[in-house]
Amino acid sequence: MDKWHKAASRFRTRRPLRGAGPAWLLEIGFAALVRLAGYLLIAAVLLIFYFLFSQARPLFGHTALWDFITGPRWLPVSEPPLFGILPFIVGSAWIVSWALALGVPLGLAVAVYLAEMAGPRVRSLAGPLLTTLAGIPSVVYGVIGLLVVAPWVARLLSLPTGLTGLTAGTVLALMIVPTVATLSEEAIRSVPEEYREAALAMGATPFQARWTVLIPAASSGIAASVLLAMGRALGETMTVLMVGGGRLVLPTGLAVPMRTMTATLAVESAYAVHRSLHYAALFAMGLVLFAITFFITLAADRLLQRAKRGVGQT
Amino acid sequence: MRFPRVAWPAVLLAVLVVGCVAKQPTAVSKLTLDIRGSDTMVNLGAALAEAFMADNPHVELVVQGGGSGTGIAALLDRNADICQSSRAMKREEWEEARRRGLDVKEIVVGYDSIAVCVHPGNPVSELTLQQLAAIYRGEIRRWSEVGGRDEPIVVLSRDTASGTHAFFKEAVVQEGGARKGAEFGPDVMMLPSTQSIVDETRQNPRAIGYIGLGYLDHTVKALAIGTEGGFVRPSSQATEGYPLSRPLYFYVVGEPEGALRDYLDFVLGPRGQEIVEKSGFLPASR
Repeated sequence: MDKWHKAASRFRTRRPLRGAGPAWLLEIGFAALVRLAGYLLIAAVLLIFYFLFSQARPLFGHTALWDFITGPRWLPVSEPPLFGILPFIVGSAWIVSWALALGVPLGLAVAVYLAEMAGPRVRSLAGPLLTTLAGIPSVVYGVIGLLVVAPWVARLLSLPTGLTGLTAGTVLALMIVPTVATLSEEAIRSVPEEYREAALAMGATPFQARWTVLIPAASSGIAASVLLAMGRALGETMTVLMVGGGRLVLPTGLAVPMRTMTATLAVESAYAVHRSLHYAALFAMGLVLFAITFFITLAADRLLQRAKRGVGQT
Repeated sequence: MRFPRVAWPAVLLAVLVVGCVAKQPTAVSKLTLDIRGSDTMVNLGAALAEAFMADNPHVELVVQGGGSGTGIAALLDRNADICQSSRAMKREEWEEARRRGLDVKEIVVGYDSIAVCVHPGNPVSELTLQQLAAIYRGEIRRWSEVGGRDEPIVVLSRDTASGTHAFFKEAVVQEGGARKGAEFGPDVMMLPSTQSIVDETRQNPRAIGYIGLGYLDHTVKALAIGTEGGFVRPSSQATEGYPLSRPLYFYVVGEPEGALRDYLDFVLGPRGQEIVEKSGFLPASR
């Protein structure tokens, strides 16, 4: 009870209140509410996991988990059905890798520029622009990919079709630049100024100070931004569905049509008959995606923690 | 007494809660019917709905695509009042309806032909049904094998949500049951909408795709399909001789009443059937 007295008196010193009674009640009420929100969030994640698992379970009587993950053919509505999601896992991997290979260096360059070189006017303009870029709906990126990037990729590489993993990854790269740029800029900026001064005092040029001291010091923050971008790319659905090409077999390269796990879920969950094997298989695929995303997020979280500790202690 | 400042968040919260719980004021007794399903039929559905709403301002019809399978799932979930489907319901879907105690009624509202289309610059303008089947099974892989240029064939299909996909698989890939168990070839690209097939075919001289006749325009070329009776081009005038024709369905739950009944009467009546024809399909009473 004493806690609340103190909390209320802090209020009173700032702004006088008529009667402390209602204020207490509010304090207690809000504390409870906030706590409830926190618990709800945790419960929601656990419930989603449980829900996915319970819906996916019927599948494992038909296809073992290992065969499901490594199976090369996906024929969900054929007789007999085949449930193998390796083509989609590999499709996701190709597209995400290419998106990162293209988007991360670009995002990093933007981050270094904004943190180190840009003047205040550019910076105040670039921030909102990056946010806007992040806020454009993915279907818009999809249309751009379909009508602009795909024909361009096809012509440039003389491919039979422009709807390929390469195209999807290229568009996706553009979509993750804001994530990488804003978070990495933050990481670079939070490196203590003394680091640079020390490097300069040791005779480093400003360029050397930047590349051999500042960026390595910010590296865990940068790595975390890359992992978050990876999570975003992995979860992206609409764009990859529209420009990926939708070929259902194991993609042997980047420049062929392919489909990701998310795209398959988006297309097929809309019509799969409830309680059928197909339905269960889609939930199992959701479970695999959930697991992958979970581990990526976990890794990102670890790196962010280390970044914070590293800067705080030294 | 002055209102304590700290209470404002509580007021805000209360307003939010009340706002969420309180019933939204609806437009004066406007009846909404949700229509979902086949992408092939979505333009037809919209045209029918517009004409119907012009005469019945108290009814609002919302038409969405997504694929026949999507529409059937929505109907069984009671998220749609009418499912437009370009394929008949499957055995397991009927079973699911029965399990839920739903009495689903099937109504044929017209007939559709599926056009096989290529880029206008493609020299090939006819294929036999067997050649088409071989292309979609992945056995014929180059245009030169069917009289075209020496280029790979880019084979486009709708994805498995589509009723057109289901029909095409049965009628072409499995040759109407003669090749039971045959599947689409591994290189076939499953695209998420009919429009994306048209878009890709329009700009890719190597592509081949299949679309509902309602989507056919001058930007792509429809092939004549050959059977024993010779080569026939798809036409909205007649389905005779053309091997890729199928009925179009409406599915509803229970005996239709009220506005739903009025709408179905309208669709099957002379004005509705005229719109069916104008949309590039054949009327139900051919």
